[in-house]
Amino acid sequence: MIQSVETHGTLAEAQRAMGADAIFMAGGTLVMRDVNAGVSATRLVRSTDPTLTDIRLSGDGVTIGAGVTMATIAHHRETTFLAPVARAVGGPQIRNMATVGGNLFAPHPYGDFAVALLALGARVNFAGQSGAARPLADVLRDRGRVGLVASIQAPRPLAAADFAFLKVSRIKPKGVSVLSIAALLPRQGGRIRGARVAFGAMGSMPLQSTAVERVLEGQSLDTATIARAAQIALEGLDPPTDALASAWYRREVAGVHLKRLLERMARG
Amino acid sequence: MAKTPIVFTLNGSERASFAEPGQNLLEFLRRGVGDLSPKYGCGQGTCGACTVSIDGVTHLACLTLAESVAGRRVDTAAGLATGATLHALQESFMENFAAQCGYCTPGMLVSAKALLDRNPSPSREDVVEAISGNICRCTGYEPIIESVLAAARGRART
Repeated sequence: MIQSVETHGTLAEAQRAMGADAIFMAGGTLVMRDVNAGVSATRLVRSTDPTLTDIRLSGDGVTIGAGVTMATIAHHRETTFLAPVARAVGGPQIRNMATVGGNLFAPHPYGDFAVALLALGARVNFAGQSGAARPLADVLRDRGRVGLVASIQAPRPLAAADFAFLKVSRIKPKGVSVLSIAALLPRQGGRIRGARVAFGAMGSMPLQSTAVERVLEGQSLDTATIARAAQIALEGLDPPTDALASAWYRREVAGVHLKRLLERMARG
Repeated sequence: MAKTPIVFTLNGSERASFAEPGQNLLEFLRRGVGDLSPKYGCGQGTCGACTVSIDGVTHLACLTLAESVAGRRVDTAAGLATGATLHALQESFMENFAAQCGYCTPGMLVSAKALLDRNPSPSREDVVEAISGNICRCTGYEPIIESVLAAARGRART
């Protein structure tokens, strides 16, 4: 039961207002579900800090404010490489509300945007922490107690064809993930250098697949390499059973969909 | 618990009411303000029956904090008609039998209007995409899609 709603002009003030009895709300698509069900914390903390909705170029990438919505990502000229991912999240109303920062905390089977950010090697800046941005993989591991996300630094793929995302859902165009896969495969002279692959809905959080990355690293994206990657796709994954698919089904199809994604990237 | 006074614009008229802490916009509009056009379907952002427009952008009222609309413009299906004259989309829904039980209709209308406001000549795919966040369990969607396309064609003629 909510007892108070506190709206702060800066993220720093919002951070100071946080505590064990408080939850931070951005777009509301996750938090309001718990509020409606009467199972949320008792204090809702919000922030109208304008920096939360900033998108700016930074070095080799783009820094995205935690409060930027999926709809903005889908249309902004600096985030075109992430537009197909944003368009795969929810329906139009959800995309108008759901934020990039919130997606990092979305429980299974949600969080497809975080899967893409994980594959890109994104880093996370926190409110009130002036040190270096933290790798998203670390943040996802202890996301229950990390603090307030200020922004996310997403490296931009050197070539658009180096990055691809796939979401498998039963209902189209709007459906929840049976699974999702994102891959960043930069190629130099036809060889993959710096492979990054991540799966969504194949564990309790978005998971990086170091096994698939090892198979792909240094190889060309040919039929034999793709077959080896598909064969090892399940290593390190632990898919849950839910109303959309059983763990068994997810295990059966993960390699198939990885193969399709890699074949798409090989065609360019 | 202290209630919060909220002043906002609803369908072009200034309105004021009190919101409970944590109250969602759907409950606030229906119980506090008396606009019964947005419907309570799932209460968790899945069905789209509560779709309203805030400053011209569609939102799910059940997942929107009531006090976040202070000073903003909210438009619902109740504001579509002008007196006894129905909006072109409402006429089209009627002519094409796009409402059966009618529960999804206000949300469908708000989503469809948002589409036509930014894209007066949508393709069939545009319409499907625009209503993809609204669930209908009666019509199979085809009459709704046809209604929106017909309303757009009618509008293009005038």
